[in-house]
Amino acid sequence: MAGAAVLGRLTWAAAEVVDLVPETPRARTIVLDVPGWPGHRPGQHVDVRLTAEDGYQAQRSYSIASAPENGRLELTVERIEDGEVSPYLVDELAAGDRFELRGPVGGYFVWDASLGGPLLLVAGGSGIVPLMAMLRHHAAVGSGVPARLLYSSRALEDVMYREELERLPGPVEVALTLTRAQPTGWTGYARRIDGELLREVVWPAAEHPLAFVCGPTAFVETVARELVALGYEPARVKTERFGPSGG
Amino acid sequence: MLTSELRVDGNAVAGLLQEVFAVEMTVVRSTCGSCGAVEPVGALTVYTRCPGVVVRCLHCEAVLIRIVRSDGRRWLDLSGLRSLELLVL
Repeated sequence: MAGAAVLGRLTWAAAEVVDLVPETPRARTIVLDVPGWPGHRPGQHVDVRLTAEDGYQAQRSYSIASAPENGRLELTVERIEDGEVSPYLVDELAAGDRFELRGPVGGYFVWDASLGGPLLLVAGGSGIVPLMAMLRHHAAVGSGVPARLLYSSRALEDVMYREELERLPGPVEVALTLTRAQPTGWTGYARRIDGELLREVVWPAAEHPLAFVCGPTAFVETVARELVALGYEPARVKTERFGPSGG
Repeated sequence: MLTSELRVDGNAVAGLLQEVFAVEMTVVRSTCGSCGAVEPVGALTVYTRCPGVVVRCLHCEAVLIRIVRSDGRRWLDLSGLRSLELLVL
C-alpha cells in the first residue's frame, strides 16, 4: 500500500471555465482554471457543487480527463437526461462562468507509469474519462508500458476522443466495440463485452497485468468478474462504478 | 430500479471521507469486523442513495461505515470495521 500524505482539510475552490470542447452529441470537455490547483494523478476525480439562487445545493463527482503533465484541468461530462447537474454543465455553461470544485480526490483508482503493467483499461461509455487521463499521461511521459484499451460504446458518435485514440503511440493498442449501431464497413467489435470478447483482447493472466475497469455498475461488475475468471488477481483489477448517475 | 444498480464503490466517497480524515482514504486498508476481509476502501461497496451513505463489505456485505451529512455536521458510525490501516508519510 502506498503511503498516504497528510492532505489537510478538503476545501471548495472557485473554478473558472476557460474553454468548452464538444466530444460527442451528449458530452463535452470543460477546461478549467482553478487558482492554487495542486495537480492531480491520472484516474482521480473532483467533486463539483452547484448552488441555486435559493441556496439549494447539488453535488456530483466528475473524473479528470487531462494528464497531469497537461497543466490544465479538464473534465469531460456526459449529459444524463433528467439529471440535475449534467444538463447544466453540458448545455448551459459558458466560458467565464464559475462553479465550486474540490479535489483532486481518490487514490485507489489511479495509475501512473511507475506502477507498470502490462496495463489493461476497460471502459463502458463515459467510463473512458479517467482511463483517458491514464493514456494521456502514458503518452506525455513516453511510457514504454504496454497498454490495451477495450472501450464499449453504443454507437460510433458516442465514442469520446476518437481521433486522439487513433493517434496514441506504439505501446498502446485500442479495441472498440459498438453495442447498438455500427457504421457500414465497421471492422471493430459489435457486441457487449463478455468473457469471450475479453479472452480475445486482454493480456493473458500469466503476464501479471494491472487492470482498470470503469463504467456503469453492471458493466464494471461483469468485466471484473470475467477478468478474475480468466485468472487475473483480484487485487490487480481496480474498479470504479459510475452507478445510476444522478446526473 | 434494482438495488444492484444503485451500488457504487469507495471511489464515490473519496471526497466525503477526506472531509473527515486528513489522508486519502480510498487506499487505506480496511478490515471487516464480520468476516475479516481486508480491502482498500476504494474497493468497498457503497450505497449513496440513502438518507446517509452506507459502506459495505465487498465479501460478506456487512455494514462497515455509515455517514450522515447535514448542514455543518457529519455523523460517522464505524462500528462494523475491525480496523483501518493508514500509512502516513
